[in-house]
Amino acid sequence: MILRAAAAVFVKDLRTEWRTRVALNALLLFAFSVLILVGYAVGPTRLSLEDRPVVNSVLLWIVLFFSAMTGLSRAFVNEEETGTASALRLSAPPAAVFLGKLLSNLALLGVVMAFVVPLFLALMSFGIAAPGLFLAILVFGAIGLASASTFIAAIVAKTAAKGALFAVLATPLLLPPLVAAVTGTRVAATEPDLAAGLDAVRLLFAFDGIMITASFLLFDAVWRE
Amino acid sequence: MKVFGTLGRVVLGVGMAVILWGAFLYAHPAESFVGESSRIVFFHVPMAWIAALAFLLAAGHSALYLKTRQIERDDAAASAARLGILFCFLATVTGSIFAKVMWNSYWNWDPRETSIVLLLLVYGAYLGLRQAIEEPERRATLSAAYALVAFATVPFLMFAVPRMYASLHPDTVINARGKVEMSPDIKLVFFTSMTAFTALFAWMYALDVEATRLVRRLEERAAGGNAA
Repeated sequence: MILRAAAAVFVKDLRTEWRTRVALNALLLFAFSVLILVGYAVGPTRLSLEDRPVVNSVLLWIVLFFSAMTGLSRAFVNEEETGTASALRLSAPPAAVFLGKLLSNLALLGVVMAFVVPLFLALMSFGIAAPGLFLAILVFGAIGLASASTFIAAIVAKTAAKGALFAVLATPLLLPPLVAAVTGTRVAATEPDLAAGLDAVRLLFAFDGIMITASFLLFDAVWRE
Repeated sequence: MKVFGTLGRVVLGVGMAVILWGAFLYAHPAESFVGESSRIVFFHVPMAWIAALAFLLAAGHSALYLKTRQIERDDAAASAARLGILFCFLATVTGSIFAKVMWNSYWNWDPRETSIVLLLLVYGAYLGLRQAIEEPERRATLSAAYALVAFATVPFLMFAVPRMYASLHPDTVINARGKVEMSPDIKLVFFTSMTAFTALFAWMYALDVEATRLVRRLEERAAGGNAA
């Protein structure tokens, strides 16, 4: 029942997004501009070989983080601004709304990552020694980014200063997973051994689990406010 | 409402003076620390403990607000978060001074330093959120939800992360060996200091909760006056 309602919210979000593609285009353009900036200013050759893994993994996650900050608050801000939130409140249970919004944000972030990550690797000549570990870090990192952003978006949608507040509230929550993701990416770039990055994956997994559980427990109060 | 009687305030004032004397003149410096640097333990640890206590109170009152919807719970949570930031900041500063004396650097992103800065950021964001919402009930609900999400993820930093990575931080009072390893004179001053600072916090907290409640009353009266 909840899963079916969540799927309906998810499909509705994809459909409305596909009609205008505002969020998707904004996100992709933003990510692309930042990529160009980073690629031009830092480039593949400016860094010494030993600095490359550290600087590149930080830059990659900064690009992904700022992209998430520009686009992912729309999930709820849009509903409140167009006045469709009340209709949604009536037609689906809160847990389903949260799950649906989480999935649509995750899909959005997934598209952005599929675009940004290969381009970044090519632009910066950033080699990855352990692709499996890198993929795991990307997946769990994306889940962490999307889950925290979705919950914070639900909060800021009810306040006056939506845009400014979104980044302020989300950043402190996202710092631990981002640090883990950066560390994991650096390890994936240098160590072919999959086990070397297990600590980072474990930390990301734990954060994702805590964040999603806490969001489900508290979303009800925020959504009904 | 009288929070602390005259006697209580006199005892607290005298107690604080005794602790200053004890910390700098009575207790001798601990071994294996540079010079007199170990004396900071009498101030740094109580600050950190009170910060943790305050954030725990903030989370507890937030949870109770969501359960009972009593606006007084929100006043209490907000006061606790504000005082928590103050004591967290003091713990950061005292820790940083100790780091300079002990390891010759104010800041080196030790896991403990990282996690305490994150705490400051989280509760700073919490107070920012409170300022952005006018309506008291909405402010209470949304900030309680944020405080609880932050509280669920932050202990993760305070407890898991510093223990996963090697830290320069001296053993905590509650250590792996399960007993307090201090010489008797240090132990005496230390626990007196913990008690006195906790009492000081209790007094400040009660005053701040009362002040927050009065400010809210005034706002409500002003809003009511406009409506009429």
